[in-house]
Amino acid sequence: MSEHEHDPHSGHSHAERAPHPASALETRVRALEALLTEKGYIDPAALDVLIDAYQTKIGPRNGARVVARAWCDAEFRRWLLTDATAAIASMGFTGRQAEHMVAVENTPQVHNLVVCTLCSCYPWAVLGLPPTWYKSAPYRARAVKDPRGVLREFGVELPDKTHIRIWDSTAEVRYLVLPQRPSGTEHLSEKELANLITRDSMIGTGLVGSATDMAGSATGVADSAP
Amino acid sequence: MSYHSNADLGGQNVPGAIVPEPEGELFHAPWEPRVMALVVAMGPTGLSNIDMNRSARETLPNYRDLGYYEIWLAALEKLLLQKGVLGDAPPAPIQVLRADLVAAVIGKGRPASRSPVGPARYALKDRVRTVTAHPEHHTRLPAYARGKVGVVERVHGAHVFPDTNSQGLGESPQWLYTVAFDEKELWGAQEPLQHSTISVDAFEPYLEPA
Repeated sequence: MSEHEHDPHSGHSHAERAPHPASALETRVRALEALLTEKGYIDPAALDVLIDAYQTKIGPRNGARVVARAWCDAEFRRWLLTDATAAIASMGFTGRQAEHMVAVENTPQVHNLVVCTLCSCYPWAVLGLPPTWYKSAPYRARAVKDPRGVLREFGVELPDKTHIRIWDSTAEVRYLVLPQRPSGTEHLSEKELANLITRDSMIGTGLVGSATDMAGSATGVADSAP
Repeated sequence: MSYHSNADLGGQNVPGAIVPEPEGELFHAPWEPRVMALVVAMGPTGLSNIDMNRSARETLPNYRDLGYYEIWLAALEKLLLQKGVLGDAPPAPIQVLRADLVAAVIGKGRPASRSPVGPARYALKDRVRTVTAHPEHHTRLPAYARGKVGVVERVHGAHVFPDTNSQGLGESPQWLYTVAFDEKELWGAQEPLQHSTISVDAFEPYLEPA
């Protein structure tokens, strides 16, 4: 096996991480799991089910279905914008880290951006587990003060006149951005639209590109960029 | 004693790039999903609540040097020691999350909304000023939004109050509001203008009439 190939048993997939700390963490976590099992606090089989749920069932494709439906169904869109928790629950996405949902709509005038400067609050039921950058210090520090700089790091350049509305999720309310539907997608079905919708566009660090953008060079930059 | 959060990062000068990540890339080491699942599975045991967990994480002295799941791991270890899990009389779990309960427990979640104990002090469009004091305990008003004037944009009802709940002093439900601030109010006019408005979700005790 080549040195570049990832060894699933090595416990370290990050090149910059030395093998010792990674294997030390591996040992530490295994010991903790064994201790909590022995003391009767956890069922290790439940951990497997939890991990599988967040790897295969609870992720940003859920949110994409919500957004695509809102694009196609004006009544659902109104419901989503007035009572997001109920509207999202009606599609079967409920519970942990989406108990109190608010959907915020991007328009040609306003772009929404979501952050949690204090920790990593994120709408798990519709977007799954947060990406590393969302939990990272640079994003949490800058999103509130230099949103245009942050968006540029994602390849998004907004017109100067676009107002940026930043939502710092400091309590148990969780925010979902309803991105703008790209032009030229009138012929697409709800399912095809859902495939265009990226996770980042539902956090506000991305825009939904047109169908041709997706097929060709997906830039994530809106048609209206200056 | 003096309480200090190492997690209150909004508006700080933090070096380093923000690195976009593909959607499917959830974990970066095999132990990370186990930590995520351990923390979630410990929820139903009732040993600690979400506010105690956040407090344990943000007060880790080496918070800024750790990866996110390392923070979760270190805080879980800290709480287990505090709660006497390793002692002679470990507290009994309220509920153990069995594999067949996972879907139902995740799907139900843990709503933070409660019946209000009194009427809301503020209404939509009210001007409010956030308090300036840094309390000697966990709180959810970021430092950058202290002593600032904003406008009530949403009223969310009464929610569990993290300031008391994190200390084991009860849920003490408080009205929760989305309060929006103009960028100049937060950062001053000398910062390059971004044409932005920033909001926080603020509990009623964080606010005064303005």
